[in-house]
Order: sequence, then C-alpha cells, then structure tokens
Amino acid sequence: MVDPEEVSAKQPTWPAKDGATRVPYWVFQRQDVLEAENKKIFQGPVWNFLCLEAELVEAGDFVAVFAGETPVIVTRDKDGQIYAFENRCAHRGSLLALEDRGNVKDFTCVYHAWTHSLQGDLIGVAFKDGIKGCGGIASDFKMENQGPRKMRVSVLHGLVFGSFDEDVDDIEDYLGEAVLERIERVLGGRKPVVLGKFTQILPNNWKLYVENTKDSYHASILHTFFTTFELNRLSQKGGIIVNETGGCHVSYSCVDHGGSLDEVQKNAYKDENIRSDSDLSLTDMTLLESFKEYDDDITLQILSVFPNFVLQQIQNSVAVRTVLPKGTDSMHLKWTYIGFEDDTPDQRKARLKLSNLIGPGGYVSMEDGCIGNFVQRGTKGAAEESAVLAMGGYSIETSEDRITEAAIRGFWTEYRGRMGL
Amino acid sequence: MSSMKKRAELTNLIGMAQAQYAYTIDDGDFYDWPNFFADDCFYQITSADNFAQGLQAGLMWLDSKAMLHDRILSLLEANVYERHSYRHILGQPNISSIDGDEVESETSFMVARITREGPTDLFATGRYVDRYKVSENDAKIMKRIVVLDSSYIDTLLGFPL
Repeated sequence: MVDPEEVSAKQPTWPAKDGATRVPYWVFQRQDVLEAENKKIFQGPVWNFLCLEAELVEAGDFVAVFAGETPVIVTRDKDGQIYAFENRCAHRGSLLALEDRGNVKDFTCVYHAWTHSLQGDLIGVAFKDGIKGCGGIASDFKMENQGPRKMRVSVLHGLVFGSFDEDVDDIEDYLGEAVLERIERVLGGRKPVVLGKFTQILPNNWKLYVENTKDSYHASILHTFFTTFELNRLSQKGGIIVNETGGCHVSYSCVDHGGSLDEVQKNAYKDENIRSDSDLSLTDMTLLESFKEYDDDITLQILSVFPNFVLQQIQNSVAVRTVLPKGTDSMHLKWTYIGFEDDTPDQRKARLKLSNLIGPGGYVSMEDGCIGNFVQRGTKGAAEESAVLAMGGYSIETSEDRITEAAIRGFWTEYRGRMGL
Repeated sequence: MSSMKKRAELTNLIGMAQAQYAYTIDDGDFYDWPNFFADDCFYQITSADNFAQGLQAGLMWLDSKAMLHDRILSLLEANVYERHSYRHILGQPNISSIDGDEVESETSFMVARITREGPTDLFATGRYVDRYKVSENDAKIMKRIVVLDSSYIDTLLGFPL
C-alpha cells in the first residue's frame, strides 16, 4: 500500500495548462483519486466492458464481474435479453452471486434469503409477513423501492457493455465510427467461443496499464520478441486512431516482410541502440504460423474502449482484456482468449499456438506485467513530479505513424474531463 | 514382478526424473529443461478452472521439444523482467495408469518465487498431469499439463513450472 504519510491530506492541483502532456504521479497513488474514479468514471456515464454474450447462452445463465471496484452480475433472462445489476443484496449488502458463473432461476441471498429476479428486482423477503402474526417487515416497506442498482446494457458484436448512468451516450456514438468499424472488423457477424480465461494481478495502478495499452511507442522497444521476428517494428506500416473524446483508440500495423524494409528502416533500430537488433531465431517457427482471417493486411490491432476494455488481434490470436482497479497500487487484468465457432481444427491450433504471445506469460505481453510496477516503484517518492507525454507533439489526433503518445494523451484528456481534475 | 512392486519402481523412476526436473529449473541450466521431454511432446500451463471446463488455451502451449527450447531462448535472450527465481517443492508422483511403457501420473507441486526486492512468496500451487514414456532407467515426459489451482497469476509467468 502507498504510505499514507506520503500522500498528503489535501489533493494537489493538476495545472490546467499541462493538459494531457504532463501527468502528475499522485494520480496513481492517492486513495481519494481512486474513490472519485469509482464514482465519476466507473459508475458514471461510461461503458464498462462486462463479458462476452457467448458466456450467457441459456436463460438463467449469469457471470459475476466488476465495473471498476463495484461487483456486478450479468444475466440472460427468460425474455432472451441481457441484464446487469450490482452484485449486492437489497437488504444488507451481501454479495448475491458467490460463483463466477452459473445458471440460476433467481438470486437468493445466503444471509437472510431475500430473493432477486434475473433482472435484479427484489421479489421476495423471507418471513415478510412474520410467523403466526408475529414479526415480519414494516408495513410501509415496498420491495420495488429497494434493490441493487441496475446498469443500462448494450451488446455490440457479441461484447456486453454496461453503464450505471442511463444518460450515457449510445455505445456507437461513445466509440465513434472509426473505432466501431475496427471492432466490427474483428468480431462482426461472428460467433466467438471462449478458449480460456486467466487473471493477472498487476502490482500497479490501473491507469498505468491503460497507458501501456495505448502506447504504440513502447511496443517494439520494450517487447523484444516482437521486433526480433519483425512482427512489429515501428518502421513497419501502421498507424493509430484516436476517437473524438480521446479515450478510445486503435493501434495497428500491417504485414511487411523483411524484404520490403528499406535500408534506412532496417538501420533505425541499430542506430537507436535498441536491444531488438539481434540474430535471435526460433527453432520451431510453427509457433507463428497464421492463416488469412481478414480482408486486409493488418496483422496486429490493439483497440481500447474507455475506461477498461481492450480488444486484441495479434495475427490470429484474439483476446479481450478487462482492466479492474484493486486499490491504488494493484489491479486485475482479466484475459479471455477467443476462438470462433467455425474454426477448423488447424485454425484452432494456430490460435492456441499464437496465444503463447499473449497473457501473463506471453512472449510479447510478459513485460507489460512488470513495467507498471517499475513506474509505481520509481515514482514512490515523487508524488508531485510528472510524466511527460510529448512524443508526436501534443495532439490527440489520428496518425499514420506509431512513434507517438497521442492515444495516451487522448486517455488523459477524457480522464481529466470526466474527473473534473 | 508383482504389480505393487512394479508400481513402486515406476513411482521411484518418475520421482527421480522429477527431482532432476525441479533442480534444473531452480538451480541448474534452463537449457537442459527440454531434455526431460520426449522428442514428440506437449507442454501446457493452464488453470484448474479452465482444465475442468475443457478449455484449450494455455499460459504456455508448446507442442514440440523445439518450442520448449525456444521458450528458454526467448526468456534468456529476449524477454525483459526483473531478476527472480523459483523454488519447486514436489509431492510424490501418483500413478493413475500403466499401459505398456506409457505411464500416466499426477504430482502436486508448490512453487515459491524469490524476487529482487521482497521476501520469498508462494507463487503457484497445482498438479502436473503427465504421461511418461518409461524405459528401464529413464522416464521422459510425453505430455505435461501443469494445472494451476488458481486462475490468478501475480505479475507474470516467466520460467516454466
């Protein structure tokens, strides 16, 4: 935990002139900031990613997830619709669901057996009328006035999003057309199946991981595995898209075999003294075998939705990630590896092999597990110092190159606006 | 030979191979790790929850000895992480089936992680679900599924388990 003495009682000011180009380290350290985030961001007018529609097949299916630090139940009711509401009993606040998933006809709290429907309505109170005329609940108590808070739900290409604010923009407007198209590119009209789920506990503030996913500048520098096999060099063709509000982004790169790199590009890494220029080669290249899945040449696409969602396509490795704060200096990163119903056995195998690249032990994602903690520790005594985000200038614009921090600045622009910081 | 004696011998044989396996990861040369496997082998790390549901993905999913070698190569030459090491404590192999020279067994493990800044911590517990090919004085892993009791991994999973 952050030392309370280090974090002063009064929140420092983040100068307006800093915009999104300077980020003070206290935003990653302070409990009051986290509390405001839970209220203004995760419970505010945003879309939290909750689960895949494929996880809720039958009526009564549910999953227990989180929106920020708030526990949430997502269900499919008998009407075929998906509902989401707090995982909190209407009575005295106990968790209602004590499993990660299952199939139920209702949610009855273990504490005093208050019963809630699949839509989150309180529908039963044990001994409501007492026993033999004695006891029972107050005569003016109305079940319809008491219950866990409900979320507005949107399902987009099999992704289930929820918001605690009814007035949140429609999901399509929230994302913007360009980001929407890139979700459709990976998931549109397809039937995903879950291939596996893992949770990575990261010893850092959740925003450090969000910054990392939006950081197209670091990808080929920190992640040496990628560059060595020329899967993702910044000198490859690619770009980034930042949506209008700043908080959603896409970073992508296109297939570009070694032969098409000119000498300047080839020498770029050598000249910058970046570790990736080695003669390392794999013995078993079948690890990277992929099949043609999309109508374009994009081999890597990382897409994020404010505040907590990442959709990843690395060749044929498709996964969604959810970012969940757990205190100021810890978070959970939920990985769901995805295949599709119509995969052939060979295609499925290619996905499973390529999934060696991702996850808590992935060849190209391993470093992201520790880098946030390096920042958390490095900034321990520097609450009022700031990070600088000046690569690619100061804009948050879409661009054709990836040596930019525009998508991170986009995040902070949206973050500051929503937080009033 | 009585089946009891045969079983005890196989337990001993597999136990010795596994003791060397743990030594290699914790104290020996990582590049020796693939040598505990048959040429045609499969190695996967997954969670008990995924395993019970029959979900196929792994934290590592390697289907050749060469891929095991590449994992070590990448860890030692390419990947970036803070210095750390593991300490394996293995239980007795529990043989579940014997089919000619192919033996299936399960072994519980606990792995502590030692990091640069901080005390030793319990990193992982679980079981190896194995198929071995045995000869008179050796046992090679044909298939090892490392089933972690928890689906939660702290920070990152670098070295093999």
